[in-house]
Amino acid sequence: MREQLLKIIERNSRIDLKELAVILGVEEADIIEELQKCEQEGVICGYHTMIDWDKVGVEKVSALIEVRVTPQRGQGFDKIAERIYKYPEVHAVYLISGGYDLLVSLEGKTLREVSSFVSDKLSTLDTVISTATHFILKKYKDHGTILEKKYEDTREKVTP
Amino acid sequence: MRNPLAEKVVDIPFSGIRKFFDIVSEMPDAISLGVGEPDFDTPWHIRDEGIYSLEKGRTFYTSNSGLKELRQEIANYMKRRQNLEYDPMKEVLITVGGSEAIDIGMRVMLNPGEEVLIPQPSYVSYEPCVVLAGGVPVIINLKEENEFRLTAQELLDAITEKTKILVLPFPNNPTGAILEEKDLREIAKVCVEKDIFVMSDEIYAELTYKEKHISIAQMPGMQERTILINGFSKAYAMTGWRLGYACGSAAIIEQMLKVHQYAIMCAPTTSQYAAVEALKNGDEDVQEMREAYNQRRRYLIHAFREMGLECFEPFGAFYIFPSIQEFGMTSEEFATRLLKEEKVAVVPGTAFGACGEGFLRISYAYSLENLKIAIERIGDFVERLRREQ
Repeated sequence: MREQLLKIIERNSRIDLKELAVILGVEEADIIEELQKCEQEGVICGYHTMIDWDKVGVEKVSALIEVRVTPQRGQGFDKIAERIYKYPEVHAVYLISGGYDLLVSLEGKTLREVSSFVSDKLSTLDTVISTATHFILKKYKDHGTILEKKYEDTREKVTP
Repeated sequence: MRNPLAEKVVDIPFSGIRKFFDIVSEMPDAISLGVGEPDFDTPWHIRDEGIYSLEKGRTFYTSNSGLKELRQEIANYMKRRQNLEYDPMKEVLITVGGSEAIDIGMRVMLNPGEEVLIPQPSYVSYEPCVVLAGGVPVIINLKEENEFRLTAQELLDAITEKTKILVLPFPNNPTGAILEEKDLREIAKVCVEKDIFVMSDEIYAELTYKEKHISIAQMPGMQERTILINGFSKAYAMTGWRLGYACGSAAIIEQMLKVHQYAIMCAPTTSQYAAVEALKNGDEDVQEMREAYNQRRRYLIHAFREMGLECFEPFGAFYIFPSIQEFGMTSEEFATRLLKEEKVAVVPGTAFGACGEGFLRISYAYSLENLKIAIERIGDFVERLRREQ
């Protein structure tokens, strides 16, 4: 049940528990218990809301930054990753295989704010060798959800 | 001028669904639960293969029986899913949807006056196909008390000296009924004993919600007397690609190939390339869609029971078949009023045979959000009817 339950709430964390129980064919109490377990075990790490800020009229600038670093003895990349993810404006940090080491996803109010974060805070860290900043121009799909496209049922209305 | 038409064709009535379709088409804001096809788009990697085949210029006829690679994949699939062995060179034919296989299968097997047993409620095309092929359809009325399964006794009771073919439409459209191993075993025994062939329409084989689907062809002595019909429409959400297939003994398939060759030439080439991809890499997509259908199925059964409407639990396809007998109306009256008063379209059970009277076919090939709105309206309607009584 766990995998199916997680799949559903990953897409819709606000789904009614009674309804969840019905569509999964189990008792509501079992759902509650399973969710609690998932939370305790850290399987469920939070319940967030996906927002298209463009539609709110709030200016936001997002960027993806490739970072090359020198790994530190005994601590590998973890230490430097921690230094970076502690900044609240940092959305996500990933260790990456290939041409660079860390991918940092960043959100700021303005272009200037993002660039000053990169030049003042990120690139001045000792172990950072280089950075390459990519500003996001448009989001088409995020978290498996296609933005700006409404589902349209083009089937004939009644078919055998 | 002489009458240009053949009596045999004129005498066949239009499908009961057509009339309903005309009314619904006039109501753009109606919510429909009347559709007999998946709401999912064909998975992208399958569409992509179709597009790629066009880019590469694969725009010619394939061999009459279909791409060799596709027939091989179908043989692999049959082995993998149902432990059935078919020779891809002689025992598999690619057709334009399962529908074509039904049509040419009947034409190949029937001599004038031979009888075909058709359990109903069932899909609308068996009866006319039998008539067009010169056979005589004999209807077996399935019963709700048996969860609309075909029993060996019902089969025995319907057999005459002229009986040649039994149509086995399970998992069933419109009831959602399935047959399990114990049912199939008994039916198979009768077929072998009475020397009857089976046309097994297994187009919904991937959509069962209990045990994995079992084919009658898996029963002892049955593979050589079964035409197994399946296709890509329901499992892979590929209705518009028009692609199905028939598996059976070389003697039958050879003759079907002949009719197919003269009538159709070959199934659409683009669809065949896409279908190879579906069979090779589509298992996970099927699994995901099946899970989604199953969730909606549970939701609907629960909702109808809460409304106090009687409904046996169906374990196949994507339909439920609730009873509306308590209201003392015909299925058509009920469906027409529901459409006019609440703007919800469902299909009267009678569209699938006279014994569908008192039932409705409700499709759950719709998103849960959509189903919820429809259920609310049906609930209001049912309450109003009960107050009227």
